[in-house]
Amino acid sequence: MRGGVASPAPGSSPTGIAPSAPRSRTARSRRRRGGGWAPYGFLLPGFVVYAVFLLYPLGRAVQISLYDWDGLSLATFVGLANYADVVTDPALRDAFAHALVLIFFFSVLPLGIGLVLAALLTRARVRGMAFFRTVVFLPQVIAMVVVAVAWRQIYAPDGQLNTALRAVGLDALTRTWLGDYTLTLPAVGFIGTWVSTGLVTVLLMAGMARIPGELYEAATLDGAGPVRTFLSITVPSVRAEVVVALTLTIIAALKTFDLIYVTTSGGPGTSTTVPSYEVYRRAFELGEVGSAAAVAVVLTALIFLINVGVNRIGERER
Amino acid sequence: MNPSPRRTRIAAGTIAIAALALAACTPGSGDGGETDDATSAPSGEVSTDVAAMGEQTLVVWDQEVRGGQAEQMERLNEAFEAEYENVSIDRVTQSNDDLTATLRLALTGDDAPDVTQANNSRSQMGQFVSAGQIISLDPYAEAYGWADRFSESVLQNTSYSADGVTFGEGELFGLPQVGEVVGVYYSKAKLDELGLEVPQTWADFEEQLGTIAEAGETPLVLGNLDQWPALHVFGPVQGAFVDPEEVRALGFGNAGASWTTEENLEAATTIADWAEAGYFNEGFNGADYDAVWQSFTEGTGVYLIGGSWLAADIEAAMGEDVGFFAPPPVEEGAGRVTTGGIGIPFAITSQAENPDLAAAYIDFITSEEAMAILAETGNMPVVETADHMPEAGLQADIYGAYADVTENGALLPYLDWATPTMGDTLGQALQGLLDGQIDAQQFADTVETDYAEFVAANE
Repeated sequence: MRGGVASPAPGSSPTGIAPSAPRSRTARSRRRRGGGWAPYGFLLPGFVVYAVFLLYPLGRAVQISLYDWDGLSLATFVGLANYADVVTDPALRDAFAHALVLIFFFSVLPLGIGLVLAALLTRARVRGMAFFRTVVFLPQVIAMVVVAVAWRQIYAPDGQLNTALRAVGLDALTRTWLGDYTLTLPAVGFIGTWVSTGLVTVLLMAGMARIPGELYEAATLDGAGPVRTFLSITVPSVRAEVVVALTLTIIAALKTFDLIYVTTSGGPGTSTTVPSYEVYRRAFELGEVGSAAAVAVVLTALIFLINVGVNRIGERER
Repeated sequence: MNPSPRRTRIAAGTIAIAALALAACTPGSGDGGETDDATSAPSGEVSTDVAAMGEQTLVVWDQEVRGGQAEQMERLNEAFEAEYENVSIDRVTQSNDDLTATLRLALTGDDAPDVTQANNSRSQMGQFVSAGQIISLDPYAEAYGWADRFSESVLQNTSYSADGVTFGEGELFGLPQVGEVVGVYYSKAKLDELGLEVPQTWADFEEQLGTIAEAGETPLVLGNLDQWPALHVFGPVQGAFVDPEEVRALGFGNAGASWTTEENLEAATTIADWAEAGYFNEGFNGADYDAVWQSFTEGTGVYLIGGSWLAADIEAAMGEDVGFFAPPPVEEGAGRVTTGGIGIPFAITSQAENPDLAAAYIDFITSEEAMAILAETGNMPVVETADHMPEAGLQADIYGAYADVTENGALLPYLDWATPTMGDTLGQALQGLLDGQIDAQQFADTVETDYAEFVAANE
């Protein structure tokens, strides 16, 4: 995954590799004398740790997903049957669809809010900025389980949200936020928005702080208003940060587990099921470990593909 | 830096091959996984003489974490160690959810406990039996005379056929300490206020719900956010309409019953009508279980259908004012029918180093003396319940209801025991039924599909 790489210097090659200084002959000839593997030697310790703690479990998960296994007795090889089941099971399709809805709430919405918030906070010279920045970032620091427990209280039938609505005379708007077949998914998604917005805002503020003031001056001289400046200068300048923010929040949206587990357990009915909750349920509650592994592998692949896509698009436009 | 595509592909290939090479060997072929499917009885004679066994350590996993539960476990373990100085007990305790998640892994690993609590549902005990991870207790039941002390209706909850296909009969695989019964909690003062008596027939009860609603009170309170609480409301309703044997077959997930019978549809229609008529609290599908019974103790609602496990907490909050009755029978004076059964039973794993010692321990913690200690610590003994009945108060009501149901009526299995997926299927379907998303017929069809598929797969 690419970090928030600063825009390459002008005149660099399109691949993003800055042209290096011409190498001296000696360096080149030394490289030809078998030193080509030296860099890999340096990579080895890190790679071993990576292999043991990440690649091995991943490989094992892929392998288990090819078996019908209850986690107790000897497994039987079923090839891709678990994957066929993943594709054809309507309940699972729903779970993946819910995860996509969550992407809107975890990524798209916070990005919109974050861009505006960050622009205001960066451009406006407000006192107590550090304090405000901390407040905005705070939800990101709290463990998701704690956040979920708190919101479960807020959304309760006589919880803080409904109480507040009644207090201002909006009784007609009170709902069973976590027990309503149409509203619960957006309600849970909004918790994600609340959590993600802080991270996105802080990331974008870091990017906006680097935009040279001259650009804004020039734009103002050219007669651009605040909205025009925002769209033509601020947003394009933080493209790298947007890519990072989207990558992080999309991953968070797709692997949401604790939030659903604590607030709704997938209910009401099956209206808030998500893939990672299905993985847990199949592996630990139903004893369908092979099927659980297949869902996990598909979910991992999906997360990987979406993020490759986001990064590709982000790079192409730079 | 962007590596060249070719190099990326080579690296990716290398990584994939390395990962697959690292992970080779069939899942479940590890040490713990290799037990033959036929559950073998311990070979040779059963020894019941613990003192003669030499220095021993017994590893026990339990989920008795709450106040009175933890206390009885500590006291019984101390008593056991005091009686047999050659044995030390290594107790590992964790919440039920944690035990559920870790037990499966532990049983197939190298460090399985000797004795463990395992839920007798098909998703746990049933699978452990068919995988040969826990052993049959039949030889011990004979040696210790358990069949004489425990009634048939208690033992069937932990009985499976050796292949795990049939539930409710066959060999014994676990032994419980406590009994559970689902019934109706009520506030005495509230009933007086409304001019009502404790209902003696099912018709009375239903009629009262309407009366209470007209009086502007909430007849029934339910916190169904987590989907399982509605099962405990549906159980008694089903008990009023459906033949107990039919419910048993459905609850144990055995062949020969159906969810789509006229009677089951009637039960589903009844509970849906209750929701439709507004007999439940506002927003019950999004309300937290604990928050709802707590608000009940503070005066919200008239009736709370719930299990005996809530009794200690509810009594602490309401004192003298709270009462409990088993769901009233259809015919006045007939035996009462409700959901209930046993606390989580103790089983012996197939990796137990000394099954004889493990069995002696299980006998000890379910003995007559143990039942007295259970009652003292606020738990309801699964047998000899009437002997330990408290003088008065809520616990007396509950002991009485449990004894009455087990002796004169029918204690029906928890419906989620039926199949590994039934807890979710039924929870989701009931949520939809009570919300009006699906009707009784759709509800019955959904649940029937789960049940029928499981039964078919077992044949």
